[in-house]
Amino acid sequence: MRDPRINLALRMGDNTLILAQQNSKWCGHAPTLEEDIALSNISLDLMGHAQMWLGLAAEIEGQGRNADTLAFFRDTDEFRNSLLVERPNCDFAITLMRQYLFDVWHLDQLSLLSESSDSSVSEISQKAVIEVRYHRERSKNLVTKLGDGTAESHNRMQEALNALWSYFGNLFEDSDSDNLLSELKVSPLPSSLYPSVFQKLCNDSKSSTLLIPKSKFRQKGAAKGYHTENLGYILAEMQYLQRTYPNSKW
Amino acid sequence: MDLKTVKSIVEGVPDPEIPVLSLGDLGVIRDIYEKGKNFEIHVSPTYSGCPATRVIHESISVALLRADIKNFIIKKVLSPAWSTTWISEVGKTKLEKYGIAPPNSGAKGPKSCPQCKSINVTEISNFGPTPCQALWRCNDCLETFNYFKCL
Repeated sequence: MRDPRINLALRMGDNTLILAQQNSKWCGHAPTLEEDIALSNISLDLMGHAQMWLGLAAEIEGQGRNADTLAFFRDTDEFRNSLLVERPNCDFAITLMRQYLFDVWHLDQLSLLSESSDSSVSEISQKAVIEVRYHRERSKNLVTKLGDGTAESHNRMQEALNALWSYFGNLFEDSDSDNLLSELKVSPLPSSLYPSVFQKLCNDSKSSTLLIPKSKFRQKGAAKGYHTENLGYILAEMQYLQRTYPNSKW
Repeated sequence: MDLKTVKSIVEGVPDPEIPVLSLGDLGVIRDIYEKGKNFEIHVSPTYSGCPATRVIHESISVALLRADIKNFIIKKVLSPAWSTTWISEVGKTKLEKYGIAPPNSGAKGPKSCPQCKSINVTEISNFGPTPCQALWRCNDCLETFNYFKCL
């Protein structure tokens, strides 16, 4: 059995990598210049986190791979990101809501990982968490403004929340290695974060006027490498150059 | 070459994004010491994804090589995480002169407009032209300016 910490590092690294890749597609296309810049900056932060997490995964694995080879030379079934981050960008409501749901989870997750018994995990988390506070604040402000905005903006944010809800639930999917990691106090069980994250969404919804869906149905599979179709397209675009001209350098 | 010279060369290297600041002012040089035949240099990254981090490492190498120093190792150190409170007072003054409001720790935004010093300022966006900066506007001189965010 491979070191369970590799699964944790891949989970964190792949979530941040895929979301960074998705958000960066808005660069030059976002509805306002400020949002364009904000999304690009958030992508950059997440890409930095991905580099640290995938670098850690490669280091623990000890097979001579690095963050780049893990990003560019793995197939969909080897990715451990949640189904939420691989949802297509669609419109800006979906993009913002996806980011908001991710940020609420991400901030809680990193705060807990900052206390990890594994020093590499806690160091990376302590570095990342202070940046993610800014992400969370921006997302919350935007979701509040648009949720409590015009009838059009409210409806679109509500539709985005409903559409993403079951995929958001996938962030809390436990895998076999998570029990061991939790026993060793390396990381909390993913499912154990749900109550506090859910509570935060409920608190925010008071000002955003959005209704938190009642459905308890959560998508499953990503923790074992089963993904939605869209991840294939994301990887095809992201990995194309390195797959076609392996190890080419900028 | 002695440790003191190496220190002064490394700390004097300008930041690639905000060249009025030296790496010493920015507080990213965490430690320099002799280990066997080598000088070991510990550098903290500012923001995780900041592209300047790699350039900082390259700039340090170039500066040392120009001084004919070849026996050094540069290490990236994550912990403790870099904080804007590590920017020196001299660095903060330089930032303000350059037109960037320095980090105002404990507060939500800058102390004043770096141009006209008015305290009547508004946030435009918490994200700016580089990961470390936010975009603000002065309501008196009507200029927009960058604010070095607290981290």
